Amino acid sequence: MNSALGRAWLAFGYAFLYIPIATLIAFSFNASKMVTLWGGFSLHWYHEILHDSELIDGFVTSLKIALMTATASLVLGTLAAFALVRYRGFVGRTLFIAHINAPLVVPEVITGLSLLLFFVACERLFGIFTERGIVTIWIGHTSICTSYAAVVIQSRLLAMDKSLEEAAMNLGCRPLQVFMLVTLPLIVQSLVSAWLLTFTISLDDVVTSSFLNGPGVKTLPIVIFARARLGLNPTVNAVATLSVVVVSIGVLTGSLWMARNERRRAEEQAAAYREGMLEARA
Amino acid sequence: MRASTPRWLHGWGRRVVIGVPFLFLVLFFSAPFLVVLRISVSEAVGVRFMDLLTWDDGTLTLRLKFANYLFLTSDPVYILTYLSSIGFALLNTLICLAIGYPFAYFMARSPAPWRPALLMLVSLPFWTSYLLRIYAWKGLLDDSGVVNNVLLWLHLIDAPVRMMHTPFSMMVGMVYTYLPFMILPVYANLVKMDLRLVEAAADLGSTPFRTFWLVTVALSVPGIIAGSMLVLIPSIGEYVIPELLGGPSTLMIGRVLWDEFFKNIDWSMASAVAVSMVVLILIPLAVFNHYQTRGAGRGSGA
Repeated sequence: MNSALGRAWLAFGYAFLYIPIATLIAFSFNASKMVTLWGGFSLHWYHEILHDSELIDGFVTSLKIALMTATASLVLGTLAAFALVRYRGFVGRTLFIAHINAPLVVPEVITGLSLLLFFVACERLFGIFTERGIVTIWIGHTSICTSYAAVVIQSRLLAMDKSLEEAAMNLGCRPLQVFMLVTLPLIVQSLVSAWLLTFTISLDDVVTSSFLNGPGVKTLPIVIFARARLGLNPTVNAVATLSVVVVSIGVLTGSLWMARNERRRAEEQAAAYREGMLEARA
Repeated sequence: MRASTPRWLHGWGRRVVIGVPFLFLVLFFSAPFLVVLRISVSEAVGVRFMDLLTWDDGTLTLRLKFANYLFLTSDPVYILTYLSSIGFALLNTLICLAIGYPFAYFMARSPAPWRPALLMLVSLPFWTSYLLRIYAWKGLLDDSGVVNNVLLWLHLIDAPVRMMHTPFSMMVGMVYTYLPFMILPVYANLVKMDLRLVEAAADLGSTPFRTFWLVTVALSVPGIIAGSMLVLIPSIGEYVIPELLGGPSTLMIGRVLWDEFFKNIDWSMASAVAVSMVVLILIPLAVFNHYQTRGAGRGSGA
């Protein structure tokens, strides 16, 4: 395989991945209402979305649900990851693993439908979940996102050097101290990744939310989906551009922060190792 | 194992660590599915569903209504939808493999300092909204869209080509969405490969093509299988892409479920479609599991 072909293949691949996003951004600055025809540069559509209460309300609703989902999934996913990695033999482990994996492969139309029918059944039998809205969407998103969080944190726990925890215990740390001072700093990066991943999944979800929303409760993706279904809409382009800007800044800062963390930890470990060597010699 | 786990995680702690997520998922993931299973075989009376088990005059009666399933297996439209869902999903997997495998290969063989940036560029679209990225193709493939305008401008075509709301536009959207899911696992496999094996094959007189096929591709089979599963399984149940980019002729099972529920308001039919969809997805999963356990067995035997 020669490198000219390689470079061309990569160039076409990245073009395929990025041209749609680039055109989405370009047409958000279009003065014309026609999304596909260039009518000159304008910030008209950004001005428009500032006064679009449907979009703004949708964004606020989505943000609330995503914050709640990411936090709940982080807690449940961390517990699930510890259960998977630290307890090898408990009754029902196979069933537990199945429950962690299933939400990753079951299509969202099924998750959404089954939760809605479940909530309706609960309403009839016990009189709970009578109102559908933010809470029911939150539960739906969390039931999907817990698995994603568990998988991310589990892989970090598996790669972690457990002798560090053992050393802390041998040196007299209490269990909670071990967790706070040793385990947590070692897995904190995966916790951040899991939180961000589940936040993004929740913020982006349209199918599950469509099943679980009540009258008048619209998340941002539900609003965007409704407009996209009807055809092209420049306000959608403006929203897309804003989200791409926020995401790019976020991912860039995130990777810089992670690289710095990684470096600092390596330095600290090297320093600790040097000190240990000096003490051993003395 | 016992010594390395903090002691407080053995008693009540252990119960909480396992019990809380387990209970949550049983309550909000599998119990709802049992409700679906029940409704798919229940007789509907108005907006209520009849009890499956009734106790009447000392007789316990179990009533299961299989009409929905009989309808699903006899109506040609449903059968056609199942077949075309699997067909589109398989086609998507093959195209993603054809584009993604060489892509991952060239990424893995690029100079090491470039790789983190190349990798980040593949995963960056993940973090932006999937809905918006699919919407972007509406503007590109429209009759008066960017692609048609460029082709007209280049005089490659005389009149706009109809691309939107066809199987073509849906496949473009599917490949676009799922390509990174193929690239990433294949790349992860190829970048770890021991290049001395390739050199050894060349030293022993193998042609570059034979080496590529018999060494590189053969060793990357686990990556190919993992990537194919990540593409195949979600594409079977895809709803948003066929709805936004597909046309009336692009039958997808996820869309049928949605329409049964939201348009026909037939809950028991929608439930029956959901159950049959799960069965449909279990087939490739079982095949995947079979190969994985066989592969693991071979690996430990060697």
